[in-house]
Amino acid sequence: MDTDQLIRTLAADNAHHAPKVGAVLALSLLVAAPLTILIFATFLGVRPDVMSAMHNPFFDMKFAVTLSLAIPAIVISLHLSRPEALMRGWGWLLLLPVALLAVAIGGEMMMAPAMPMTMRLVGKNSRVCLSAIPAMSLPLLAGALFGLRHGAPSRPALAGALAGLLSAGLAATLYASHCTDDSPLFVATWYTLAAALVTAIGALVGAKVLRY
Amino acid sequence: MRGREDEWTGLMRSAMAGDDAAYHRLLKAVTPVLRAAARRGLARAGQPPDQAEDIVQDILLAVHLKRHTWDSEAPFAPWLFAIARNKLIDALRRRGRRIFVNIDDFAETLPGEAPQETASAGEVAAQLATLPQRQRDVLQSIAVDSTSIKDTASKLSMSEGAVRVALHRGLAALTAKLRDR
Repeated sequence: MDTDQLIRTLAADNAHHAPKVGAVLALSLLVAAPLTILIFATFLGVRPDVMSAMHNPFFDMKFAVTLSLAIPAIVISLHLSRPEALMRGWGWLLLLPVALLAVAIGGEMMMAPAMPMTMRLVGKNSRVCLSAIPAMSLPLLAGALFGLRHGAPSRPALAGALAGLLSAGLAATLYASHCTDDSPLFVATWYTLAAALVTAIGALVGAKVLRY
Repeated sequence: MRGREDEWTGLMRSAMAGDDAAYHRLLKAVTPVLRAAARRGLARAGQPPDQAEDIVQDILLAVHLKRHTWDSEAPFAPWLFAIARNKLIDALRRRGRRIFVNIDDFAETLPGEAPQETASAGEVAAQLATLPQRQRDVLQSIAVDSTSIKDTASKLSMSEGAVRVALHRGLAALTAKLRDR
């Protein structure tokens, strides 16, 4: 087939309209979400004292941190799905959860400690946290990668890492309602480790499946 | 240069709004620029320039299948050159060369450079033969025999809608095969 013939063929297919990447990503995350919720409902569930926990600012802070990871990660992953997009000017958004955590840790330091620092850091759920967040992330990660395949990222591994961050952020939001460790020190340690693991998986798989 | 790129952006906007002729003109207009850049990239990597046409077709397919990622408020050329650059890097890597591809390769056409003839390319044609019968028949009819969608439909006793679906699926399958080869 010579190039003129190919061009004519492409022009003949001009009527085909693909949906935007954002729409496909939203849909594939919605399809994946029930699986994540099922894992949560089967193995974890909301903590029994949730009503009183809601009055604890450090409990609420966990959701602010996880959502301030998930939402910018979604925004950046959509930005990166355009071939000419650069990370420059967007990366600082990922510092939001870090800044929130720093403020929360500072706040906790200034209060009279309810528990020794090592207790707050290690908590009671570190092992659960480290396995539950990645496990709940995996369906969302698969959905995110499927959705982003519709895009054209110039750096597939980076886009895959963002898919990992967004799915870890969403999964951690759900997990936060189960976990009784509310210390920002615990969140900064174990949530971060769990998210880093999911991000690494996202980058590795993304490098393969997000090429176009 | 500026004028040329503004013209491309205008053509692409019309194309996205459903103007097939504008789309055809746009693809015709960008092809010599892509071809020149592919030749330069190959030359810099010490590769024979006769593979340039395969790269050009690769780029055109990607442009077609990913055009929904173009923001119609943005200029078209940076989007096009980003795709072209990726495809060129892929092609050179596949040929075992690690090479830095300069984005400026695409932005400038050397003065006095004669527009090259359309060369035939082997890779798309080779992958075409591996497609399912129906997609192959439709692509063959539209691409090689330059039959319209309407006439292809009656020739193959298919509905026009089915021809359009087979055409798009065929192009997507071709691209996937080229990527994963």
